[in-house]
Amino acid sequence: MKKIKVDNKEIEVDDHLTIMQACEEAGKEIPRFCYHDKLSIAGNCRMCLVEVEGAPKPVASCAMPINEGMSIRTNTEKVKKAREGVMEFLLINHPLDCPVCDQGGECDLQDQTIAYGAGHSRFNENKRSVKEKHMGPLIKTYMTRCIHCTRCIRFAEEVAGVNEIGAVNRGENMEISTYLEKTIDSELSANVIDLCPVGALTSKPYQFEARPWELKKTETIDVMDAVGSNIRVDTYGWKVKRVLPRLNEDINEEWISDKTRYACDGLLTQRLDEPYIRIENKLTTSSWSHALTKVTDLLNEYKADEIAFLTGDLCDLETLYLFKKLADQLKINNIECRQEGCNIPFTNQTQYSFNTKIANIEKSDCLIIVGSNVRQEAPIINARIRKHKITSNLPIAVVGENLDLTYDFTHLGDDLNVLSSILDGSHEFSKKLEAANNPMIIIGNSILNRDDSISIFSIIEQLIHKFKFFHESWNGFNVLQIAAARTGALNLGLFKQGNSLEKIYQSIEQNKIKLIISLGADELEFPRINKAKVIYIGTHGDRGANTADIILPSAAYTEKDGLYVNTEGRLQHAYKATFPPGNAKEDWKIINELSNMLSFDWGIIDLPNLRERLKSEHAELFEFDNNKINKYERLLANKAPTADFKNSNIEYLIKDFYLTNAIARNSKTMAECSLARNEAKD
Amino acid sequence: MSSIQNDNFSFDEKSQGLAKIALAKYPNDRKQSAVMPFLDIAQRQNGGWLSQPSIEYVAEQLEMPFIKVWEVVTFYTMYNTKPVGKNFVQVCTTTPCWLRGSENIVKACKEIISENQCDVAHNNLFSWMEVECLGACVNAPMIQINDDFYEDLDYESTKNILQSLIDNKPLKIGSQIGRLGSRGANNAQ
Repeated sequence: MKKIKVDNKEIEVDDHLTIMQACEEAGKEIPRFCYHDKLSIAGNCRMCLVEVEGAPKPVASCAMPINEGMSIRTNTEKVKKAREGVMEFLLINHPLDCPVCDQGGECDLQDQTIAYGAGHSRFNENKRSVKEKHMGPLIKTYMTRCIHCTRCIRFAEEVAGVNEIGAVNRGENMEISTYLEKTIDSELSANVIDLCPVGALTSKPYQFEARPWELKKTETIDVMDAVGSNIRVDTYGWKVKRVLPRLNEDINEEWISDKTRYACDGLLTQRLDEPYIRIENKLTTSSWSHALTKVTDLLNEYKADEIAFLTGDLCDLETLYLFKKLADQLKINNIECRQEGCNIPFTNQTQYSFNTKIANIEKSDCLIIVGSNVRQEAPIINARIRKHKITSNLPIAVVGENLDLTYDFTHLGDDLNVLSSILDGSHEFSKKLEAANNPMIIIGNSILNRDDSISIFSIIEQLIHKFKFFHESWNGFNVLQIAAARTGALNLGLFKQGNSLEKIYQSIEQNKIKLIISLGADELEFPRINKAKVIYIGTHGDRGANTADIILPSAAYTEKDGLYVNTEGRLQHAYKATFPPGNAKEDWKIINELSNMLSFDWGIIDLPNLRERLKSEHAELFEFDNNKINKYERLLANKAPTADFKNSNIEYLIKDFYLTNAIARNSKTMAECSLARNEAKD
Repeated sequence: MSSIQNDNFSFDEKSQGLAKIALAKYPNDRKQSAVMPFLDIAQRQNGGWLSQPSIEYVAEQLEMPFIKVWEVVTFYTMYNTKPVGKNFVQVCTTTPCWLRGSENIVKACKEIISENQCDVAHNNLFSWMEVECLGACVNAPMIQINDDFYEDLDYESTKNILQSLIDNKPLKIGSQIGRLGSRGANNAQ
């Protein structure tokens, strides 16, 4: 600890702080443009100048470490003049186009000009103008507005791990550009829009859509992947205009993926807003009561073992709970939530969760990734791994296809048999695992949906018990889920031991299962289920609805209050930002009404009531603690032989990052991103 | 970047020798430090300018992202991103040269080479451009042709130098009035 004085007030602060951080601890606000807590220090905007006693000139506080006994002044006449001078220089070339600028109203330059600017300029010469740069379908550039803070360059280099943005030319002619104006090939690229303190990089899909003060802001949770990024949904009337990240150090820090941010325009198109019934092979609109009667008729018509309940990737916990309750009451055994086809008969939550927790990745000292393309399956987790990799030189090994994960790793091949040689110690990487105190393994669903998944799981279980994956303060076993609903659904038991999607497909093909109730299951192999009748409860006229015989329209994640469990097992509340379209209803109400029509007397009247029930039956879900180390419960005893895997190549699940669910597939922006990426590949 | 590009690029034997020397000056894990000598070597081999393939080749050799090399190329004025003539004439027009009549030198270049700067003229023999101070102010005005300085110029002597290059009988480099080093005008010490 060091003692310093800020504006004559004595405080004690940590040794390693900069002057700016110390001033903030003392409650003084220091204006800044280039400094950002999650990026390296550049010190080039000069806005954070303060006076330090003994120093001949004002000091850039963001880049200067504190010293014992330092006396800092932030409110003197000299500091005020310095700030006015800096502002005047920054504004020399900045256009006065705030009325037509999308950043207007949430612009650092605008705010700080009002707070610290001189109010006039003495510059009478020509202003420079800079040509727009192409940066892809998400980022709109207006480079004349750029003040060269280089936050975007540092973000691309340090966080996103794609060295594609740079400052070309020099001095007055300096311009921010990508190499040859190519699209930025990153899943996190649009975060530069938030980082840009002015209106130089703004959101292309959101351009000229709304002003920040007109929007209703709802703090909620994202469902595009299983990370559960914290987001803010901005709505204007019914429409979701944009999605922005919220700070959560345990999950997404302050980044979100491009899919999280821009799939929201998919909420406006292809929506199911009326119940539909297929009559003579044509879907026709119907009333709720008629459609629900039809559904109950079908449920009564078929025997319990002729019905399958399938759930999708975006369902909230309450609905899943009711869905399971309905299945139990109807004595239906064919219930399956694992759309990617995972067939491991899990017995405990630790077997399918990200036990280490996202924030604790930074405590790990060795990482092995098996069968997961983390960059596409969870860009936020990938960014966290990258952050740890570049600060600590973490040894990382990958079993699977050799793709660019934005950091260096040892590629162990895409042959699963390498696991056996790591286990028996003959592989070089065993030594690194041996030496590690907090090793981590990340397992992707790509290896849990195969015929030989059990043997793979067994070998992995042997592996993690051989090395120090578990001890008092560490659980290094992680399965990376890719669907927002999956961990919660598995917790609620929406699968049956020994059953799998493959078996359900086979039963349908053999005409043993004749009716499917699909709760937003859009990623099935649809040609394999066309023998059965399908009742689809969902939001979009997407794959699932196309084959359905009865469609019950429901609410998307922004249109209902709901609970979601992320891949770590963390329970989070999502809040209603807008309303379901037309006659669509919130999902839990649909299931509840169905139960009433079937005369099951559940007595659930509203959401709080439903949550109480959920809590009383599944209290463990509500007891998530970021610091608690869950004890791993072994699924398979040490009996399974060390298998020799045939067909041992790993095929990753996500084929196109931008089109992984019904909302994203109906988003124009996501389609453009997908196209841009495919064009760049060719 | 120029719309004119050559197809591909890699160091020839001579360049490879030079590259090896440049690389040896830096530790193995800091090889990107050699980016400036590498670009210079590439530019010399490529006829005085850097094409897109040559920039990307340098980036690959030093394991750098393309944009980082492109930043360096655009930052320094001595890397040319467009084709130049076999004799690349740089006319200094900064204050000392200008006071001593550099506009006459420019006039001579316009007459003999081309009206506009950077145009490659005389069947690739010439291109010229105005540059900032080249550090030979004592013998102003001056021009640089490729690696050589020609000093103490006026309109006539510039024309003579350019004509001598057209005739392929180059005049001697350095002061055109017989000045030794940076002595006084009559070689007085």
